[in-house]
Amino acid sequence: MKFADFVCFEAIILELKAIDRDGVIAELVSALDKACRLGKGKSREIIKAVIERENEASTGMGKGIAVPHVKHAVVKDVVAAVGQSSVGIDFSALDKQPVYSVILLISPVDNPDRHLQAMENIFRHLQQDKFRRFLRQSQTVEDIKDLLQEADENPSLL
Amino acid sequence: METVVCETELEIKNADGLHMRPAMRFVDIANLYECDITVSNSENSVDGKSIMQMSMLAATCGAKLKVRAEGSDAQQAVSTLRELVEEKMFDEPPPRNKKKS
Repeated sequence: MKFADFVCFEAIILELKAIDRDGVIAELVSALDKACRLGKGKSREIIKAVIERENEASTGMGKGIAVPHVKHAVVKDVVAAVGQSSVGIDFSALDKQPVYSVILLISPVDNPDRHLQAMENIFRHLQQDKFRRFLRQSQTVEDIKDLLQEADENPSLL
Repeated sequence: METVVCETELEIKNADGLHMRPAMRFVDIANLYECDITVSNSENSVDGKSIMQMSMLAATCGAKLKVRAEGSDAQQAVSTLRELVEEKMFDEPPPRNKKKS
């Protein structure tokens, strides 16, 4: 699976306004709602579900990355929003460090395999120091899009 | 002292596969042991003690993973991991309809 298969390019936020975990989740879900139409009144429901999931166990995986996610019937396939924060967000991450890159996923209820494939793609790239550095150095939304597309086309270069 | 190497194949049996929470339980248990633990599918070999690397396996229900442990407590580690993956199935449900292969 490639980034282009599930990242909603209209829901990329170069600098998140929110500075706390729940605010970031709300901001990213709203961006997805605006760009990909999650359905009337659904975003509040989804925000709540993502926060509940996050409260069970943090998706802050370390190295400045968090991948909050939830399964929800509004989507037929995985969709994701991407947000960057230069100040760093407290996600109660495994390594206790602030999070600078957040990828928020909404996955379909009845297709666990797609969710796993999207996660595989995310971590394959975010494991690379170079990829994380490029992501954090992005100056425009366009830079982030280019980076994701580059990763899709030439995974070995990153 | 002789190095103990223990290798086995584990099948993912819970419906949702090795998503983040099961992967975390796997990594938590793996980290209780001193031995090195490598987990592989047909494409990748990853460190069984790293959550990010384990997430790269995208192990869906039915996937078979090779687990290789190397170190004095290798045998014990593999047996505990087998119990978690195949017997407890991460305390998650199996698929409702058995998958046709």
